[in-house]
Amino acid sequence: MSALAGATSIAYRRRASPLHAARGTIAACYGLSIAIAALLLNNPILLGALLFSVLAAAAAAGVLRPLLLAMRISGPIVLLTCIVVNAFVSHYGLTVLARLGNWGVLGQVDPTLEAIVYGAVVGLRLLIVTFSCLLIVCAANPQDLLRACRRVSPRSALTAAIATRLVSVLAADARRLADAQRCRPEANPSRQRARLAILRATLTGAFDRSLDIAAMLEMRGYAAAGRALPAGKEASRHDLAFALGALGTLSLSLVLALSGAAAFDAYPLIHIDTGAPVIVGATLLGALALLPFLDRRGIQ
Amino acid sequence: MSVLTFTDVGYSYPDAARPSLSGISLQLEPGEFCVLAGLSGSGKSTLLRAAAGLVPHFHGGSFAGRVSVAGLDTREHGPADIGLLAGTLLQDPETQIVMSTVRAELELAMESRGHGASAVARAVEEVSLALGIGELLERATSELSGGELQRVALAAALIARPPLVLLDEPTSQLDPVAGDELIWQLRRLNQESDTAVLLIEHRLERCLAAADRVLAMDAGAIVCDSDPRGFLEWASEQRPELRTPAASLIAEAGLEPPPAGVKQARATLRRAGLLLSNEGEGEVSHLQTQQREGFAARLKRRAKPEGETALELKGVWHELRDGPAILRGVDLHVARGETVVLMGRNGAGKSTLLRHAGGLMEPTRGRVHSAGRTALLLQNPGDYFLAERVGSEVSPAALEAAGLAELAERNPRDLSGGQRQRLALAIVLDSGGAQPLHPAAIALDEPTRGMDRSEKHKLAAWLSRRAAEGVAVVVATHDGEFAAEFARRAVLLASGRVIADGPIEEVLAGGWYFATETARILGGAGGALRPADGARLLRERRRKIYASSDTAVVAAGEAEA
Repeated sequence: MSALAGATSIAYRRRASPLHAARGTIAACYGLSIAIAALLLNNPILLGALLFSVLAAAAAAGVLRPLLLAMRISGPIVLLTCIVVNAFVSHYGLTVLARLGNWGVLGQVDPTLEAIVYGAVVGLRLLIVTFSCLLIVCAANPQDLLRACRRVSPRSALTAAIATRLVSVLAADARRLADAQRCRPEANPSRQRARLAILRATLTGAFDRSLDIAAMLEMRGYAAAGRALPAGKEASRHDLAFALGALGTLSLSLVLALSGAAAFDAYPLIHIDTGAPVIVGATLLGALALLPFLDRRGIQ
Repeated sequence: MSVLTFTDVGYSYPDAARPSLSGISLQLEPGEFCVLAGLSGSGKSTLLRAAAGLVPHFHGGSFAGRVSVAGLDTREHGPADIGLLAGTLLQDPETQIVMSTVRAELELAMESRGHGASAVARAVEEVSLALGIGELLERATSELSGGELQRVALAAALIARPPLVLLDEPTSQLDPVAGDELIWQLRRLNQESDTAVLLIEHRLERCLAAADRVLAMDAGAIVCDSDPRGFLEWASEQRPELRTPAASLIAEAGLEPPPAGVKQARATLRRAGLLLSNEGEGEVSHLQTQQREGFAARLKRRAKPEGETALELKGVWHELRDGPAILRGVDLHVARGETVVLMGRNGAGKSTLLRHAGGLMEPTRGRVHSAGRTALLLQNPGDYFLAERVGSEVSPAALEAAGLAELAERNPRDLSGGQRQRLALAIVLDSGGAQPLHPAAIALDEPTRGMDRSEKHKLAAWLSRRAAEGVAVVVATHDGEFAAEFARRAVLLASGRVIADGPIEEVLAGGWYFATETARILGGAGGALRPADGARLLRERRRKIYASSDTAVVAAGEAEA
């Protein structure tokens, strides 16, 4: 139930920001470019710059609060899990911090500083990718994405439309069920049991709800033959800036990754390039991500 | 060619004990505005679903006969094809919306019909202006209230100007202002573009004046097919519970013919000499305005009611984070045994106020005090049901008290609207023991949605009995007729503030939209809200008129002598 309720707090809502004013497909490409850059690069300084970029972009788009709320528990868990798992699984690195002996399937467990740092870098990448995806969810108009999808594959778009709508309908159902249960006079046997009962009731109703939504889509003529292709949304003045930002971020990341100018090696000893190319690259990555937000005309 | 033809149609839902439709034959011509009346469970919604092609394509079951929509046979064409010719709006607005923004929802219906970008943009602009949803166009559909969802769904059904519009209680979630406007917008569409309308509505007083034809259904069959006046004559003899308040008023006053609306009723009264010259004419003199202003101020300064406090809200504010204030310093004192109705337009703060009373919300400022528990029944009784059988929801004693003991093995979702409400009330009042709980207050949010008049009457009687036991009853409703049946006090809310609070006769009789039909006919005279009160007033007037004419005859005779 809370998962469904949480799902609606991370939802697209039109806000007065340049990213929201851009077309949904462009906003999605912009978010994806940061996520792909995080997968291409492994230098912690550059990853730090990307994390700063995605959070600053979320703040400039007015969606930082829901992003942080969504990640307030899962963010630290992801980071810690990567660090702990890598420390226990990895057998590389020379700076041994503790000798914990033989752990059966895991073998000899000797956590090293290098394994911990490498785990932290992996966790950082995952965080950036997650934040980028959440930014897309909050700032890219799903209708534009569905519209684009309908041009390519109408049936997939139909499934996506039902699924998209169903999430908010079920979340509303869950909220109403939870409110109604709070009106019952007897004290609930346990919070978990009550939540389970609500979740079960919500999911039981999901089939009926999806049928209702499918029936309505059918009656709106969604499956009718001879249907016109959806008209594309008119171009926004912000499209070009965000498209160039995304392209620049991707190109720069590729150059940095392929040139080896921003190398990072965790094993056997930690080596991080901190030269001028890295500093310039980090600055450019931040600038490319944030410059499109400077133009604030026509964002309402 | 008829836009809708039923030829000897019979239909049974899968595993149903009896048919939902039997022997239905009817023709709806272009430009007809037809109201479909009947008690709950009479088959109205099923007939509408058959016209939309959902029966039998979506629901299965056994189907006989033939339904044709503008020449398309529903046995050969599914809801998608029928949807191109008939705009449909079903009961639950939550599932009538399929896209994530309002603009996309409206565009979809046009794009599906193959219209180009400029035609789509123009149609969206026009329908949003017509239905007053221009401000909602860029909003996410998940953020809309029930009333807003209903208007958007209606706009999506109307946007392509189909030759036939099928509507299942489209005003059920709307306040009286929006509901009346919607009916007149439908009438305008019907008159200006020859669109045929088939409308299901329980509150017939709202739509009868706009209708050309009324079909009444009972047990799956059409039992009356006539113009509004003919229907009311039939209802007076056969189904009094389908009679409108105006028709009841005129009949109980011993007058004829039954009126289809306020205007006809006033004409009848005027002919009988029972309408005073300044009554209900809509002329508000300067003096009257001053009097009303003084009256409103007096209503707002209403003193604390006498009696032990059951529920008290003191300076309650509810302010949304990054949003507006929903309640703005509400003061409300309800004594034990009082029956209070909360009225106001959609978004006035009625539901939020009840949620504060029921402890579901905490005020951001101010405080709520209750002398005991406040049992709160939210808008949808189905939300209270978690079990698969009625008997698992409440204790046997509570089930017995609710009169549902014989339905213990049924699934709660298979119950009728009235039975669901009784079960939900049993749940919130269940003590788990032999005796039901006696809360300090019972609060109900829009309890009459989708109910027919007889079910409303039963609910009003039940609420009156609880009040007589000393329980405070607070009900939020748009239904003035229902309010007048049980409440003694009315509180009018607007933009989160109490703007009037007083005896129901004083608050509702003088209003435009929140007045009952009887009060509108009589212009608020004598504070009469219900047909029986109005008829009593009219009989008294008639007696006075006869008495004065007798006196005049006697005086003339004496003078002659």
